[in-house]
Amino acid sequence: MESHLSLFFESVFSKNLALAFFLGMCTYLALSKSVKTAWGLGLAVIVIQTITVALNNLIFQYLLREGALSWTGISGASEIDLRFIGLICYIGTIAAMVQILEMTLDRFFPAMHQQLGIFLPLITVNCAILGGTLLMIESDLDFAHSVTYGFSTGVGWALAILALAGIREKLKYSDVPPALRGLGITFITVGLMSLAFMSFAGIDI
Amino acid sequence: MAQKKPLKVLTEPLFDDNPIARQILGICSALAVTTKLDASVVMALSVIFVTGSSGLIIGALREYIPNKIRIIFYMTVISSLVIVVDQVLQAFLPDIADQLSVFVGLIITNCIVMGRAEAFAQKSPPLLSFLDGIGNGLGYGLILVFVGFFRELLGSGQLWGHEVLWSSTWYERNLFMLAPPSALILIGLFIWLLRTFKPEQIEKE
Repeated sequence: MESHLSLFFESVFSKNLALAFFLGMCTYLALSKSVKTAWGLGLAVIVIQTITVALNNLIFQYLLREGALSWTGISGASEIDLRFIGLICYIGTIAAMVQILEMTLDRFFPAMHQQLGIFLPLITVNCAILGGTLLMIESDLDFAHSVTYGFSTGVGWALAILALAGIREKLKYSDVPPALRGLGITFITVGLMSLAFMSFAGIDI
Repeated sequence: MAQKKPLKVLTEPLFDDNPIARQILGICSALAVTTKLDASVVMALSVIFVTGSSGLIIGALREYIPNKIRIIFYMTVISSLVIVVDQVLQAFLPDIADQLSVFVGLIITNCIVMGRAEAFAQKSPPLLSFLDGIGNGLGYGLILVFVGFFRELLGSGQLWGHEVLWSSTWYERNLFMLAPPSALILIGLFIWLLRTFKPEQIEKE
């Protein structure tokens, strides 16, 4: 398995969730109007992504995969394959984690809760989170790598939304054809950014 | 909310209130699966199935769902439907299921499904919600097929796997169209086209 450092750079740059897989695009486009909001949302994604990818990795390894239940000692458990209910488990974990994090922040870190509060519920339906989990399972990472993967994909997503928010703030001063204003030009900007990120492909560390 | 006519509910999301171009919903999966026309069509059909039937189910149960836990309830309905789609695709269309990989699972977090459940099915009778789901699925499918058509035609000179641009003789294949950023730029152009003909959709500064 590859080293943690190369996994980190790969997931932040060349396989960026937002710009190479287009995950979490809805929130990405809708909430990138100002750098301040982008910062809050990016931070929330990093935290949730790190926790849920690691947690879902454990669920997959010890409950769902073929023969994973053999540690229970029940006879015939080594033949049980529960992968088909994976989706419902992962989304359940994500929804529960978001809820727990929100309550914890509210109780112990009220200042941070005020900052991140409104973004947390949005994250449940952010496909970058579920996508991170599904891609992690597809590439069959072990637990330690899944922690790195979760953290670095979160960082990559946050970086992408910060960059787009910065560009959109400057874009206010430019003269865009009326029919292209707003959503249209944002799509094209993201396309160009994604093109730029493609050039990171092939860097080996 | 005044009841709308069934036909209007079905056709409005196509151009006037398109989920992708107007409501900024469900963009994530629209981009990554569109390198080939057949994959785009299968994806569009899956989404139409999920939005339609989740509308039907949620519309039918809307009076029994406690308001506080409705999001988790929707998630459960949606993920069960997506698991059905996933299993059917893997059984009957393994090649395409392979191409779509994680994106079938990501229909769960496709914001169109959730967005319509929250905005429409929650307060409309089952049949109308069913039509609304189908309509929004179609609006989404329209863009998917548009993008898939151009990407396959220009990118590999083929349509539905058949040679159409004689790519072996005179047409030089445009590999950029197979790369992810082209989808963003094509959708940007689609929005430009749509808003040129429907100026009332132009965003105010």
